[in-house]
Amino acid sequence: MVYDSATAVETDTIIRTENTSIYYGDFKAVSGVNLDIYRNKVTAFIGPSGCGKSTVLRCFNRTNDLIPGCRVEGRVTFHGEDLYSKDIDPVQVRRRIGMVFQKPNPFPKSVYDNIAYGARINRYPGNMDELVERSLRRASLWDDVKDKLQASGLSLSGGQQQRLCIARAIAVEPEVVLMDEPCSALDPISTLKIEELMNDLKQLYTIIIVTHNMQQATRVADYTAFYNAQEAKGGKMGYLVEVLPTDELFNNPKEQSTKDYVTGRFG
Amino acid sequence: MSSFAGESQRFTKQMISKRNSPERIADQGFFWLTLVMAASVALLLIWIGLQIFTAAFPAISTYGLGFLTSTTWNPVSNVYGLLPQIYGTLVSALVALLIAVPLGVGVAVFLSEDFIPYTLRDAISMGIELIAAIPSVVLGLWGIFVFVPFMRPFYTFLNSTLGWIPLFAGSPRGFSLLTLSLVLSVMIMPIIISISRGTLNQLPPELRLGAMALGATRWETILRVLIPAGLSGIIGSVMLALGRAMGETMVAAMLVGNANRLSASLLDPGSTIASLIASQFAEAGRVQVQVLMYAGLVLMFMTLVINIVAEMIIKKFQNIE
Amino acid sequence: MTQASQDSSSDAMLEKLKTKPGSTKELFNKFMTGLTAFFTVAILIPLVAVVFDVAREGVGQLGLNVFTERPPAPGLTGGGFGNAIVGTLITLGIASLIAIPIGVLAAIYLSEFGRGTKVAYGIRFAANVLTGVPAILAGLFSYSIVVINFGGFSAFAGGVALSVLMIPIVMRTTEEGLKLVPRGMRDASLAVGATQFQTIAKVVVPAALPTIATAVTLAVARAGGEAAPLLFTALNNNFWSFDPGRPIATLPVLIYFFSIIPYRPQQQLAWTAALVLLGIILIVSVTSRFLTRQKQF
Repeated sequence: MVYDSATAVETDTIIRTENTSIYYGDFKAVSGVNLDIYRNKVTAFIGPSGCGKSTVLRCFNRTNDLIPGCRVEGRVTFHGEDLYSKDIDPVQVRRRIGMVFQKPNPFPKSVYDNIAYGARINRYPGNMDELVERSLRRASLWDDVKDKLQASGLSLSGGQQQRLCIARAIAVEPEVVLMDEPCSALDPISTLKIEELMNDLKQLYTIIIVTHNMQQATRVADYTAFYNAQEAKGGKMGYLVEVLPTDELFNNPKEQSTKDYVTGRFG
Repeated sequence: MSSFAGESQRFTKQMISKRNSPERIADQGFFWLTLVMAASVALLLIWIGLQIFTAAFPAISTYGLGFLTSTTWNPVSNVYGLLPQIYGTLVSALVALLIAVPLGVGVAVFLSEDFIPYTLRDAISMGIELIAAIPSVVLGLWGIFVFVPFMRPFYTFLNSTLGWIPLFAGSPRGFSLLTLSLVLSVMIMPIIISISRGTLNQLPPELRLGAMALGATRWETILRVLIPAGLSGIIGSVMLALGRAMGETMVAAMLVGNANRLSASLLDPGSTIASLIASQFAEAGRVQVQVLMYAGLVLMFMTLVINIVAEMIIKKFQNIE
Repeated sequence: MTQASQDSSSDAMLEKLKTKPGSTKELFNKFMTGLTAFFTVAILIPLVAVVFDVAREGVGQLGLNVFTERPPAPGLTGGGFGNAIVGTLITLGIASLIAIPIGVLAAIYLSEFGRGTKVAYGIRFAANVLTGVPAILAGLFSYSIVVINFGGFSAFAGGVALSVLMIPIVMRTTEEGLKLVPRGMRDASLAVGATQFQTIAKVVVPAALPTIATAVTLAVARAGGEAAPLLFTALNNNFWSFDPGRPIATLPVLIYFFSIIPYRPQQQLAWTAALVLLGIILIVSVTSRFLTRQKQF
């Protein structure tokens, strides 16, 4: 593919991987991913466990850097800029590309301080109270917690904690929010709330979500990427099978293995 | 609506480039600071060895290895030999192990099984940890005024009935290698119990289930399966305890009798390297200080070898597990 | 299962399964259980005896004056060990100033930066070996550096010697405390663009602070009972001293010297000092154990 970084900014692509492989030491965990992530869309990563979908997600905000021995080959670009270029500061990357994790992980601080944490770190110049309220409203948590902003974040229910984590992630106003199975630890009602939330949030942010749940992908995602794994030296090696608009991937996939997976024949 | 460098602003590469921001400099500096501090902990061990070696060097070149095999200690004529102290150090520590190992391992087994309710086991292990918290100088004080007078009749009895054995010969006065060993055994028991118990608790449950399924009784399982499986951890704990017993100073200085003699009898007063240093250092002249440094180096060498072996045994076990 | 199926043959089977009270196996089991139970009780006897005897011998002299007065001249009665309490606090303070920063920062390296690396493994190994180095050698070390080169016996030399004992304890226990902070806390902080330093300083260390504090307290309690490293560093002092550059009295050293001199009043004072020292150390040990046991996450 001929790729011109100048046009990428003009089009809707915000993150692009070009033949990206991820290694843990000598072990190749993910092989040769080519993928475009579009601005203000929700992209879902699905596939059987061990297919590397979370690993790919984490390489977008360079969280893999913190794992000793992990390295990325190929290019990962953000607005056409190579994220793994030497002059890029991973800390600043994570400011632009936020993340919500599988298990709700609020700090053992108050609700208010949880939200304000990132803004304080980044020397937010505006009114902190307004930012906290705005972030909580966007995460549809304001009505639940407006009377207990000084209560510990750990005192909230599981679903509320996860929305608090979403509010914390968007409080630093990133462009992209990565969500690594954000609902896997939640009950169905809390899950539904977060799915509704994603539909609202994509007006403002680009969202990439890893999910085990195919129905969830059909409910929230504009695009869906299917990953699969094959046996390789030292364990399973993940690779991207195909990425299509969600309807098409589920109803009319190009690859047979995708068809087998979405119809429940394996995985 | 936002004044933050957020979604409203147009992306530039500047935003994610490395800059020499105070945060970045603090981050780098902090990393190196912690690394230097961590390395200094390891270097401290080497520094202690080198420092004592340097201070002992004049004595080493004067007295050589003969220091280790000579029995005379005469500061007036500057004749020194450490053999009685090496002997006392080893014998008192080994006798302490002889007492502490069976008791310690027995208690470790008892506390790792469910003979009594968990809360009671927990309370007992807390009591055992408190033994380790008693300052050795307090144990020494107790030893001088309570334990030695209390034991004297037993020593006399031992001497009169078993005095024909060299081990119990002599005229027992109370302050002796045996007294030191008995108190040392109390001090090292907590080490043996806590590490052995930890090892036994970490054994995979399948081991026990497998043995039980073959029809072994509980104690057959413990003696033939669990203790052999946890042996490296138990041996490691015994080695650590040995190192601790050899290096213990205050109890030795206060209870061993500080006699520079080489006697086969446990009931005779003796001396250990640590008690020698503690009792003589403050009043020592220049040459004697160098000699005591040499003695310290010998003690360091002995305990270091034992501790390194112990750590390797325990680490090896943890890796397998 | 129906009633009819429990025929006589299964009754016989059941009979076989019952333990036979007289069998050697059963007797052996009972014997071993009884023996180890006896051991367990037996090893607690010294603890009870020491605590009881120290309380009995020491409580008679215990009064306000022992905290406010200095020891009497040999053979005279009265007085106290207030100067030794102050001295213990000063030497421990100096030791803490050296050991806590080194121990905590080293622990941060092991837990936050060096996890799983060979360097961290080596440092941890060295620290464990350092824990086993006899306390008297810490005294020789400090003597050969501080006493010889910096104007003789001093509280500072004592503090340096004690810090050698404290550093590995502070480091290992702090590391354990840091490891208890869930991975997710760090991830969450890094994901909003915090540096590792900010993450450690604002999230990890505050979350681990209760554990670190009790760890440090335990290390202080441990070092506070040591006499051996102080014998020829801080030495002793019969008078009040607040000067880190001069010899100073400490509780453990006072107990040692007063227990080996043949004057009854001094021996009496040694018992009372032992009661104070033992009391503080046992109370600190018990409470910090209860504090660390409270689950935070």
